[in-house]
Amino acid sequence: MNIFVLVKRTFDTEEKIVVSGGKIQEDGAEFIINPYDEYAIEEAIQKRDALGGKVTVVTIGGEDAEKQLRTALAMGADEAVLINTEDDLDELDQYSSAYILSEYLKDKEADLILAGNVAIDGGSGQVGPRLADLLGINYVTTVTSLEIDGTNVKIVRDIEGDSEVLETSLPLLVTAQQGLNEPRYPSLPGIMKAKKKPLEELELDDLDIDEDDVEVKVETVEIYLPPQKAAGRVLEGDLSAQVKELVNLLHSEAKVI
Amino acid sequence: MNAMNFDLTAEQGMLQKMIREFSDEVVASGAIERDKNKAFPVEIFKQLSDMGIMGLPFPEEYGGAGADTISFAIVTEELSRTCASTGITYSAHISLGGAPLHLFGTEKQKEKYLTPICTGESFGAFGLTEPNAGSDAGGTETTASLENGEFVINGSKVFITNASYAKHLALTAITDRNGNNKEISAIIVPTDAQGFTIKSEYEKMGLNASNTTELILENVRVPEENLLGVRGNGFKQFLTTLDGGRIGIAAMAVGIAQGALNKAVQYAKERKQFGKTLSQFQATQFKLADMEVKIQLARTFVYKAAWLKDQGRPFGKEAAIAKYYASEMAMEVCDEAIQIHGGYGYMKEYEVERYLRDAKLLEIGEGTSEVQKMVIARHIL
Ligand SMILES: Cc1cc2nc3c(=O)[nH]c(=O)nc-3n(C[C@H](O)[C@H](O)[C@H](O)COP(=O)(O)OP(=O)(O)OC[C@H]3O[C@@H](n4cnc5c(N)ncnc54)[C@H](O)[C@@H]3O)c2cc1C
Ligand SMILES: Cc1cc2nc3c(=O)[nH]c(=O)nc-3n(C[C@H](O)[C@H](O)[C@H](O)COP(=O)(O)OP(=O)(O)OC[C@H]3O[C@@H](n4cnc5c(N)ncnc54)[C@H](O)[C@@H]3O)c2cc1C
Repeated sequence: MNIFVLVKRTFDTEEKIVVSGGKIQEDGAEFIINPYDEYAIEEAIQKRDALGGKVTVVTIGGEDAEKQLRTALAMGADEAVLINTEDDLDELDQYSSAYILSEYLKDKEADLILAGNVAIDGGSGQVGPRLADLLGINYVTTVTSLEIDGTNVKIVRDIEGDSEVLETSLPLLVTAQQGLNEPRYPSLPGIMKAKKKPLEELELDDLDIDEDDVEVKVETVEIYLPPQKAAGRVLEGDLSAQVKELVNLLHSEAKVI
Repeated sequence: MNAMNFDLTAEQGMLQKMIREFSDEVVASGAIERDKNKAFPVEIFKQLSDMGIMGLPFPEEYGGAGADTISFAIVTEELSRTCASTGITYSAHISLGGAPLHLFGTEKQKEKYLTPICTGESFGAFGLTEPNAGSDAGGTETTASLENGEFVINGSKVFITNASYAKHLALTAITDRNGNNKEISAIIVPTDAQGFTIKSEYEKMGLNASNTTELILENVRVPEENLLGVRGNGFKQFLTTLDGGRIGIAAMAVGIAQGALNKAVQYAKERKQFGKTLSQFQATQFKLADMEVKIQLARTFVYKAAWLKDQGRPFGKEAAIAKYYASEMAMEVCDEAIQIHGGYGYMKEYEVERYLRDAKLLEIGEGTSEVQKMVIARHIL
C-alpha cells in the first residue's frame, strides 16, 4: 500500500489566540498538527502495519512545518515531504492547496490518501475532496471506520447524528473524523529515529508550478474572535413557571420566536 | 563558537510535548485516589514502557533509547507536575536503579540486569540507606562475606524506593575490614533470593502511591560475579550515582512546583472575594510572580546541571545546587499555592496540599538539604 497523509500545521485553538491588525499573531501562539490529521496519520500507520507498504506525510507550508512532519515521523510515518511555498506565495487557499498537492501526487500512484476532515483553523473541509477531484479518484469524507480488503473498501462515515455505511474501492481519498481511532503518543525511540528518516523539501519550481497557476481565489475580508459568551441564566420556580418564562424570554428578549 | 544556546533540541522538544500531553491526559487522572489508596501506578508505567520511556538514557543495545540527561529531566518534571509519586518512581528507576548498572556493570551484567529495566519488565531500585546509616552512608552495617565464591549478605536497608516491583537491585555492603576502615562494595541481588524479605509497610506523609520499602537480608547468597564495579569502590560509586539522582530530584521539584503554580493561577483567576478575582489583588499577583521566578530559576539550573553531565563535565556541585535550591523552592511554592487557595487549599480535592506533602521528601531523599550544603561548601572551600 502506497499511503499518503495530508498534514497541516495549525495553531492550537485551546491556547490563547491573539488577533491584531486583522491577523492571528504567530508570536506566542502554540502550533500543532491539525488534530483531525492526527487521526489520519494514526490510521495510515495502522493500515501500513496491517497491510504493508509505506506512509508518506505531506504538508504545504514554511520551514516551521518541519516540526509537525517530524512528529508524524516519530509517530511512525516512513517519509515526509515539505512543499515549501514560503518564498513563492503570500497566501494559500483551498484551491491553491489542492492544486499544489495534486501536482505533487499525480504521478505517485497513491493507493490511499488520508486527510483530516477539516483543519481547525480555516475549517473549510475542502482540500481533501478538491484534491480527489483533481486526481480523478474516489473520495469519502468524515470517515469513522475504514476496512480494506484487497482493493475493496468498507467505510462508515459520520453524517449529522447518524452514520452511513459505504463500499468503494482503491485508489481512494478519505478524510478522518474523530472516532476513527485513538492517535498514539510518539514513542521515545520513534522520536530519536525521526531525525534520520527522509524529509524531502520541494518548492513550486520542483513541481513545475507557476505562481500564476496558484493565485488564490478566496479573499479574506476580516478576521475576528467570536464575541465573549455571556454567562448563562438558570431559571427558577416550578416547572410550568420555568417553561412559561423561557417561552417569554425567547420571544421578548432573544426574539427568536 | 556558538555554544551558548537555551533552545531544546528538536527531539527534546518533541519529547516534552509528548510527555506533557501524557501527563495531563493519563497521569493526572486518579492521582488523588492513588494518594488516598496508596495505589502504585502500575498501568501508567505499562504505558510508559510501551512508549520506550523506561530505558530513556541507556544505550539502545540494552533496549534503551539513548537519550540525554536533559530529556530525563524533562520527563521527570512533567510526570511530577501531575503526580509526584509517578515522578519519584520514574526518577529512582532511572537514576538509582539503572544508572549504577550502566556506569559500573560488566557487559554481561548490563545485558542481564539493565535490559529488563529498559523494557520496564523490572523496576530499578538502589539500596543504600540503613537504619543507622542515612546522611552518613559510610556508616553501613550490612555485611557481605565471601564464602566459596558466594557473597553471604546479612543486614537491613530502610526507605528503599521501588524494591517491591524490582526483580533485582544493587545494594551496598561491607565486604572487608581493615582495622577501622570498612571496605564497602556494591552487589546485585535478585529480589527473589532466599532469605531476602521486602516489606512495604511505611505510613508516609506523602508520595503515597510510590513504593517505599524495608529490606531484610538473612544469609542471602549471591555468586561473586554479582559484584557491581570494583570491590571496595562501593562508596565512591554511590556518590557518583547520587550526583545523577540529584538531577532527578531537582527536576521533580520543578515539576511539583509548576503543577502547584498552575493550579494557583487557575484558582486565582476564578475565585472572587470582595467583588474581585484574587488575581486582581496585587498581594496575590506578587505571590504568583515570586513563585514563577523561583520555578524559572530552578528549571534553568536543573538544565544546566543536566547539560554539564551530558557534556561529560564535572556536575556534582551543580547537581547539589539544583537539588538544594529546587527542593526548598518547591516547598515554598506549594505552601503559597495552598495559601492562595485559602480553605479549599487545605482540602485534598484541590490537590495542592498533596503537592506540599509530596515535595517535603525532596529536601530529604538522595541527601538532605544540609548534605547538599556540605557538598557545595566542599566544592568552594
Ligand atoms: C520516601 C523515601 C524514599 C527513599 N528512597 C531511598 C532509596 O531508594 N534508596 C536509598 O538508599 N535511600 C532512600 N531513602 C533514604 C534517604 O536517602 C535518607 O532518608 C536520607 O539520606 C536521610 O537519611 P536519614 O533519614 O537517615 O536522616 P539522618 O541522616 O539521620 O538525618 C537527620 C537530620 O540530621 C541532619 N544531619 C545529618 N548529618 C548532619 C551533619 N553532618 N551536619 C548537619 N546536619 C546533619 C540531616 O540533614 C537531617 O536533617 C528514601 C527516603 C524516603 C523518605
Ligand atoms: C479546617 C478548617 C476549619 C474551618 N473552620 C471554620 C469554622 O468553624 N467556621 C467558619 O466560619 N469558617 C471556618 N473555616 C473557614 C476559614 O475561616 C476560611 O477558609 C478562611 O477565612 C479563608 O476563606 P476562604 O477559604 O474562602 O479563602 P479566600 O477568602 O477565598 O482566600 C483565598 C486567598 O486569597 C487571599 N485574599 C482574599 N482576599 C484578599 C484581599 N482582599 N487581598 C489580598 N488577599 C486576599 C486570602 O488571604 C487567601 O490567601 C475553616 C476552614 C478550614 C480549612
